[in-house]
Amino acid sequence: MNEWLPIVFAGLMGLSMLLYVVLDGYDLGVGILLRQADAAQKDVMIASIGPFWDANETWLVLGVGLLLVAFPAAHGIILGALYLPVAFMLVGLIVRGVAFDFRVKVHDEHKPFWNTAFHAGSLLAALSQGFMLGLYITGLEYDLAGVGFGIAIALCLVAGYTLLGAGWLIMKTEGDLRRRAIGWARRSLWFTGIGIVAVSLATPLVSPRIFEKWFALPNLFLLMPIPLLTALLFMACLQALVRLGRGTPQREWVPFAASIGMFVLAFAGLAYSIVPYLVIDRMTLWESAAAPESLRIMLFGAAVTLPAILAYSAYSYRVFWGKTSELNY
Amino acid sequence: MIDHAIDPVALARIQFAANISFHILFPTITIALGWVLLFFKLRFRATGDEKWMAAYGFWVKVFALSFAMGVVSGVTMSFQFGTNWPGYMNTVGNIAGPLLAYEVLTAFFLEATFLAVMLFGRDRVSERMHTLATLLVAGGTTLSAFWILALNSWMQTPAGFEMVNGQAHAMDWWEVVFNPSFPYRLAHMLLASGLTVAFLVAGLSAYQWLRGDRSPAVMAALRTGVYLGALLIPVQIAVGDLHGLNTLEHQPAKLAAMEGIWRTENGAPAVLFAVPNEAARRNDYEIAIPKLASLYLVHDLDGQVQGLDRFADHPPVRPVFYAFRVMVGVGLLMLLSSWLGAWQLMRRGEPARWLARGLVAMTFSGWVAVLAGWYVTEIGRQPWLVQGVLRTADAASATPAPLIGLSLSMYLALYLGLILAYVSVLFHLARRRKPVVAAADAPAVDEGVGA
Repeated sequence: MNEWLPIVFAGLMGLSMLLYVVLDGYDLGVGILLRQADAAQKDVMIASIGPFWDANETWLVLGVGLLLVAFPAAHGIILGALYLPVAFMLVGLIVRGVAFDFRVKVHDEHKPFWNTAFHAGSLLAALSQGFMLGLYITGLEYDLAGVGFGIAIALCLVAGYTLLGAGWLIMKTEGDLRRRAIGWARRSLWFTGIGIVAVSLATPLVSPRIFEKWFALPNLFLLMPIPLLTALLFMACLQALVRLGRGTPQREWVPFAASIGMFVLAFAGLAYSIVPYLVIDRMTLWESAAAPESLRIMLFGAAVTLPAILAYSAYSYRVFWGKTSELNY
Repeated sequence: MIDHAIDPVALARIQFAANISFHILFPTITIALGWVLLFFKLRFRATGDEKWMAAYGFWVKVFALSFAMGVVSGVTMSFQFGTNWPGYMNTVGNIAGPLLAYEVLTAFFLEATFLAVMLFGRDRVSERMHTLATLLVAGGTTLSAFWILALNSWMQTPAGFEMVNGQAHAMDWWEVVFNPSFPYRLAHMLLASGLTVAFLVAGLSAYQWLRGDRSPAVMAALRTGVYLGALLIPVQIAVGDLHGLNTLEHQPAKLAAMEGIWRTENGAPAVLFAVPNEAARRNDYEIAIPKLASLYLVHDLDGQVQGLDRFADHPPVRPVFYAFRVMVGVGLLMLLSSWLGAWQLMRRGEPARWLARGLVAMTFSGWVAVLAGWYVTEIGRQPWLVQGVLRTADAASATPAPLIGLSLSMYLALYLGLILAYVSVLFHLARRRKPVVAAADAPAVDEGVGA
């Protein structure tokens, strides 16, 4: 029984991280895109994520929290190595999180400052997260390969987040803003595609173990669905954007759903590359797990609360369903 | 000296102290403000008087802003537990972990999700659902306080565990959570939150009143703040006293430092003011009332009170001694101003101008008392991080000093800017408040897209 507890917690942690990347991804993406819009559109863009961003960010707290409490040893190594990029990410998240509120409460002449802060904070957070992911995959070493790979993933993640953000805006907005969002989505889709290909090629090269896991037979064939499905989703997304660009307002959810699909597949590929390690090539799930009695009491809590959390999150999305309208309070 | 200045342990402690001090300011507000908002809402439902919704409308903005400040600084904390104190998680992670996880699972998502319904959902959900959302948010903030104070109290008075190979393992979760100092600390903190909010509400309302806004909503909020303060402060003094007796029982060294008692003696004096002299191990310039400390600590004029001489390890005396006096001093000011205010409001229906100015000056007095109180309890626990189990020095991280220094200066600059922005925005909001109907002619999206 104690053998599978770490696996369950790795699964929960992975789920939290995936939910975080997708959910906060779209609202960070909207923040990154903010600079492209005019003043009135900025208000609508931020209104579209207003009811959601806070709960979205909580998945990060849960994900990192689970790393900390279920795998304390790995947490120490990973976050110790990522100390500085974590600090930059936190500064970004702090600035953007408070900018949401300050921008509507300050003197009008200070509002552009907080808009800029919101954009810059979102961008800084996304870049730091991508950099950390790159560094993590290459083994947490600040050498040329690690830093270079980190920068590459940082740029890819920004592209991916803007794709999610633009997809979200296509669903939630109307008129000129929606038209522009389609354009943003097309541009970020290409960058995201290039990013996925580059990262998929580079990851096996920087780690012989990952190369072995993917390219040894029969793994290569068993894993083929991941890249194939990704390509399929890419095409579906592109085709939907072209169609929406021509002005047919049907199935506006396709680009957003397809980009989520791409994120899920990329995550699955990454998870396959890493497991059973938590610190790549250094520490496995089991080596870093907390005491079983602690994992059990947390599992009990998670089993009771997670369904409730998912249920009321769904309720919240239903309450704020449809095109963004004025949000008054 | 230079070596000392870049000591990574000292830097890690400063950074963590800065973060947690910044963070605590905002939950302190949201915990009680949630219940005050629920009170406004319920008054509205009971009386149908629009003034209560106008008060709700103003204070929910303050709540949203405070909540956002709490969230972002809380996210920071969730990372720093591990990065600044790896020894902490290695030693007591099996206890701290589940308590923190329960906080996230039971409170954070609940607050975040229903805050959105509370802020933006008034036209989208039923009136009853909106009230329920307010209740859930208030309950969530309080639940969050429950878990985090359980953990903090366990660090002060650990129970329900055993050490195996240098790691704490829980034997009885009930004893872990309901450890000896927990009920006192939780009550003390919840009351502190209530008082912080009482004086925040009274202070900002008095500010509006002084600027000529005597609308029913402002008067209702002013009365709520003053009466709440007047009601809670005597309870807080009583609970604080019980908490002190609990400290005497479980952490006598902390209590001796709070009282500035160096030598164990019968009939110990109550030291009102002094300059504790750590080198000579005595107080300079002491003003004391003979035998009083023995009376209120052991309820006997000639009872024995343990002095700092009884403890090989005791906390630095000066910060604990001074912080305790700051906290008590602010508490007495609160007692004076809220009772005077309540008396004036009851007699004349409005405060005297001088008292209103006093209330404005005390708008953030709760913050001062809360920070001082936390310094007493946290510095008073030193040199232990977990009393009797883990020393602070053994828990610090090996992160190089320059890295901590760089991130510390980033955080400090950011926090300072944010506190200034927060305080000035609160007063700005108070100045620009218009009657309820004005919301309709402001550009709708522009007015309400915050979170």
